[in-house]
Amino acid sequence: MIIFQGVHKWFKDLHVLNDINLHITSGEVLVVCGPSGSGKSTLIRTINELEPISDGKLIVDGMDLSDKSTDINKLRAEIGFVFQQFNLYPHLSVIRNITLAPTKIRKMSKKDAEDEAMLLLTRVGLADKRNAYPTQLSGGQQQRVAIARALAMKPRIMLFDEPTSALDPEMIGEVLEVMKDLARSGMTMVVVTHEMGFAREVAHRVAFMADGIILEKAAPEEFFLRPQHPRAQQFLRQLLTPMQAESNGSNFSHHHTKEDVK
Amino acid sequence: MEHFLDFSVISDNFTYFMIGRFPHGPLGGVGLTMYLAVVACILSFFGGLILGLLSISRFYFVRYPALAFINLVRGMPLLMVIFWMYFLMPALFGKVAENNTVIMALTLFTSAYMSRIVVAGIEGIPKGQTEAAVSTGLAPWQVMLYIVLPQGLRNMIPSFVNQFVSLIKDTSLAFIVGVSELTHVATQINNRTMAFPTEIFMFIALVYFIICYAFTSLSRWLEGRLSWSKVT
Repeated sequence: MIIFQGVHKWFKDLHVLNDINLHITSGEVLVVCGPSGSGKSTLIRTINELEPISDGKLIVDGMDLSDKSTDINKLRAEIGFVFQQFNLYPHLSVIRNITLAPTKIRKMSKKDAEDEAMLLLTRVGLADKRNAYPTQLSGGQQQRVAIARALAMKPRIMLFDEPTSALDPEMIGEVLEVMKDLARSGMTMVVVTHEMGFAREVAHRVAFMADGIILEKAAPEEFFLRPQHPRAQQFLRQLLTPMQAESNGSNFSHHHTKEDVK
Repeated sequence: MEHFLDFSVISDNFTYFMIGRFPHGPLGGVGLTMYLAVVACILSFFGGLILGLLSISRFYFVRYPALAFINLVRGMPLLMVIFWMYFLMPALFGKVAENNTVIMALTLFTSAYMSRIVVAGIEGIPKGQTEAAVSTGLAPWQVMLYIVLPQGLRNMIPSFVNQFVSLIKDTSLAFIVGVSELTHVATQINNRTMAFPTEIFMFIALVYFIICYAFTSLSRWLEGRLSWSKVT
């Protein structure tokens, strides 16, 4: 479904993705983790070409991203993307946030699109918020709407870029529940997250990244019980003792945090 | 010697100040000032929007001419542009009404400034909005139309209003090519009566102020109605 072959990416002199080789099969749930600045956000953003790759071959859903003739808009319509900062459209109501793409791209009638949107809103537990505006919702609610918006295009792949990192702790659970449901429904998912409970419960594989390199790919139980690489061992130790992780995270990567927070 | 200030010159010529010789002759005075301002305002809104979008086009052969035009016009006094249009338009298109040459000049001039406001408004929309929209498969023009412009235009309102207030005041320059807007009418009456320049120019200053102030107030009301709290 998603095939990385020797993919590289540079931001000027910074080598953010270094020889990525990864094969994600249909229906697989892959969790990508690693310290801040490891390139995991960049990795997931290459899959729908929010970040173009510098070198190598990337094939998504049978379409070659390195080929200039690939219709990127068409490919993106088949891939749902959920952002750390939700990025709902503040000038549109919840229902319009969800129906915009289906009506404009799939040429669905307003009525059909709204019916579908209501099913999705029910699925994420927000049917009563159809006419609310994003600013009237909590972070957890906004993120669930964002998931519904992505699902409205009936994507074949769903990408999650730290979907719970901007949420207050009490709202993380509701978003993870929606994601777990989705994983169990057989959706192909790539999830960048630090929620190791989620990884343990629904991931088929965990990829651990540091310095733009995938250092380890393993089944979750394998990865959590017997991490092979010293960096992975250190990372998992720090997740269990957050104070240390905090001080280690001081060289926080600039490119995604700045953009996302803006 | 008469009284220090004698405003009878205003009341005697009030209709002429307001609408010129209309309806028996062409519209003039405040009426013409408003006509010039409103028409140029509407045209330069679209002109500015189009120029702004062209000037950030991905294609250099679109972007460069647009930027060259914007910089050229911004580097010129408005009076120059008015003369330009006044002499150029008839040369190109035969007889063109003076009012229209002035409207053209005001539109070109204001569009160039408006285009910068449009660009700033577009660039002020968080990148995440565009990324979210393209991620659902929307084409760049759809992202602009449905996501960026609706949000950007609202943020542009205060700057638009500044520009339009300038535009209203700039219509006074039309008097140089004999278009009988408010300032021209005032100079006519002044030349005819000779004795009341203070009264006449105090009066038209007040009229300009009232028009501009009303416009600013209207827009502040509009802004309040259109605002929505920003995503944090």
